[in-house]
Amino acid sequence: MVKMSSVDALVAQIQGLSGNSSDIHQLHGHLKQSDQFLHAESTRLAPVLAQLDPAKHSLGYLYLLEAVTSVPFTKERANELVVVVARFINACTAKQIRLAPDKFISVCRRFKDQVMLLEAPMRAVAPLLTAIQKLQPSTEHLTTLHADFLLVCLSTKCYKTGLRLLEDNISEVDQPRDFFLYCYYGGMICIGQKHFRKALELLHNVVTAPMSTLSAIAVEAYKKYILVSLIHLGQFTTSFPKYTSSAAQRSLKNYCQPYLELANSYSTGKISELQTFVQMNRDKFVVDTNLGLVKQVVSSMYKRNIQRLTQTYLTLSLQDIANTVQLSSPKEAEMHVLQMIQDGEIYAAINQKDGMVRFLEDPEQYKTCEMIEHVDSSIQRMMALSKKLTAMDEKMSCDPSYVSKAGRERQRFDFDDFDGVPQRFNL
Amino acid sequence: MEADDESTGQMIDEIYANGDDPPSRPVISGEQLDVEAYAALYSGRTKVVRLLFIAERCGGGAMELEALRMAYDEIKKGENTQLFREVVQRIDGRLGPEYGPDPAWAEAVDRRAEQRKEKLENELNAYRTNLIKESIRMGYNDFGDFYYVHGLLGDAFKNYVRTRDYCTTGKHITHMCLNAILVSIEMGQFTHVSSYVSKAEQNSQNSDSLDTITAAKLRCAAGIAYLEAKKYKLAARKNKVIDNINFRNFLELVPEVRELIHDFYSSHYASCLDYLGSLKANLLLDIHLHDHVETLYEQIRSKALIQYTHPFLSVDLHMMANAFKTTVAGLEKELEALITDNQIQARIDSHNKILYARHADQRNATFQRVLQTGDEFDRDVRAMLLRANLIKHDYNQKSLRKV
Repeated sequence: MVKMSSVDALVAQIQGLSGNSSDIHQLHGHLKQSDQFLHAESTRLAPVLAQLDPAKHSLGYLYLLEAVTSVPFTKERANELVVVVARFINACTAKQIRLAPDKFISVCRRFKDQVMLLEAPMRAVAPLLTAIQKLQPSTEHLTTLHADFLLVCLSTKCYKTGLRLLEDNISEVDQPRDFFLYCYYGGMICIGQKHFRKALELLHNVVTAPMSTLSAIAVEAYKKYILVSLIHLGQFTTSFPKYTSSAAQRSLKNYCQPYLELANSYSTGKISELQTFVQMNRDKFVVDTNLGLVKQVVSSMYKRNIQRLTQTYLTLSLQDIANTVQLSSPKEAEMHVLQMIQDGEIYAAINQKDGMVRFLEDPEQYKTCEMIEHVDSSIQRMMALSKKLTAMDEKMSCDPSYVSKAGRERQRFDFDDFDGVPQRFNL
Repeated sequence: MEADDESTGQMIDEIYANGDDPPSRPVISGEQLDVEAYAALYSGRTKVVRLLFIAERCGGGAMELEALRMAYDEIKKGENTQLFREVVQRIDGRLGPEYGPDPAWAEAVDRRAEQRKEKLENELNAYRTNLIKESIRMGYNDFGDFYYVHGLLGDAFKNYVRTRDYCTTGKHITHMCLNAILVSIEMGQFTHVSSYVSKAEQNSQNSDSLDTITAAKLRCAAGIAYLEAKKYKLAARKNKVIDNINFRNFLELVPEVRELIHDFYSSHYASCLDYLGSLKANLLLDIHLHDHVETLYEQIRSKALIQYTHPFLSVDLHMMANAFKTTVAGLEKELEALITDNQIQARIDSHNKILYARHADQRNATFQRVLQTGDEFDRDVRAMLLRANLIKHDYNQKSLRKV
């Protein structure tokens, strides 16, 4: 009885103290204190939730919901809870839930897990996107939920929805693990949508991210990076950029031998060699679930070879194309060329009468209004970016921990090495 | 044009790089190389080394033995017992008892050498105590000569270089440099060669004491050095300078090469390439050139192709194939490679068998490049910001842990 009444008291507090921000802070204090108690009482809290309004009493609702979902429950119960959580995510006030991000994240995580168990991941797509939007202070912040959301998108093949989130350029990151997963899943979504450039960028981020030990995510990302690089750029350079962590530089290649060999065989430009190599290492690629991408690599080689021909030839017969790129018949060559014209990868016209292909120049003349707008928007983007860079530089030079560290390193040199003028004036 | 000068220029090199022995008459012809005539061009150590090189290269048979026999004779004239033993071992009794190891001769030479060395040492010590600069220089020089003759190149080089401190006139310095260069070439130390060439040239600028022969010698040495470093362009440029003085005379001596260059200038590529082809076998036997013949030939051919296409807006591939004595299909492949390499700006109309020159649109290319650079910058900066953030986070974590 006593316990019940204290639940009631808590509900009363929530209802009373959800108005202005100072009240909410006070409420937050109370809730933190009674958190343990709530967990102990979790089974009895479900009916109480009905007394609260998820929009007005978001913080209190969140604490109760977190307690309710913390214990295991049956499948039927799960079904009900999923509905409750989805409704809460839609209705809750962003300002309130941001006071307890950990609670909110764990509620969302459990929600995702339940949905997965119920084999209805589709139900999580929209709520999780809303949850991210409510949780992040700005679109530049990465949250822990990003990775979960992208995973759900992957399992439901909702690539387009996932892509929308990826369009926001993230720059504020605090948890390396979140970041790795975000980039890895994001890269996979971009691959699904054939946005290879973006995919390459995301995977590159994982590979070159600072890390003290090699993670499995980085290894898998590197494998995909090699493949996408071959598909998109037609080449792969095995050397790492110099900012890559030494852990990655040292041992990443050891785990990706078949992929590096694939890149090697690709660089010879001989399609038959590549095909035999893929055939021989098929099992390895299947185990990594990369066989689909590997197949794309093989077909990209035809494209690459045809593209190269456009650089050297003005006209070429389909027969010659078929011979040069090792396609079995002129018919097949025609299909490839047609597909590439359609995708805007080459500019050409096929003359079916005498089986000739006429390669044309890029018709873009950089004279249209759209192009000028495009150039202008690029310039604006660069300017914004460089402003940001300056701001960050200034912020860093004022950071006390940076200054003290830099000062310490400076003392290692002889004092005479420095003249009194600060370096930036020392042109 | 340059590529062509490279090959011909090198021949001049060989003649002058022989150091102090002026050559009589170069024999470089389309026929099978006449070892005896070839060897007659050279004397001293160079002759022996070149003969040994030919013996090694020509792959057995009469020519190898012939070369070895002549090398043997030549060494007997000199005092280099080390080289002598090497040759004897190579001959391996195949030339009969006359050309076996001659221990008596070798011993005598060694003994004489020992005596001479002692004498030189004594002399040098005497000079040193008297502190006569010129005599000390001569002493070291003698020592260098002595070591050079006996095949101890490292010691010879050291002694020649030592004379440097005792040089009093510009001429002495030039002399020292030439000696050092000669020994360095023999040793295969081509970085030394180029450094001493530049030293000598610097010196000549100061004093203008360089006569034409020395200047040519220096340039040839530099040419060889660059060749070894695979800097063909530079080698060609060095040699171009000699064009005016020696090139004409030289051409008169070697009719084939003259024809070749003439053809090249007047664009008779087929006959030019023919001449080159016939010279190839002999050039392969040359000590300085053999490693580079293939590359040089390829470059000469590409250069000819590029030059042929250059003035035209469109070229009939049939005619071009005739000019280069090849098939249209083969020519297409060659051109394709050159276009891919961006050496010819053109595109092939495979249907009508015509090559069209292609003039890149600067404006469009610039737009394209600008947009691309912008995108790259955008991507790199954002990636950098992300990494910076991660590092910052890591740093914060660590400092939190410490607290």
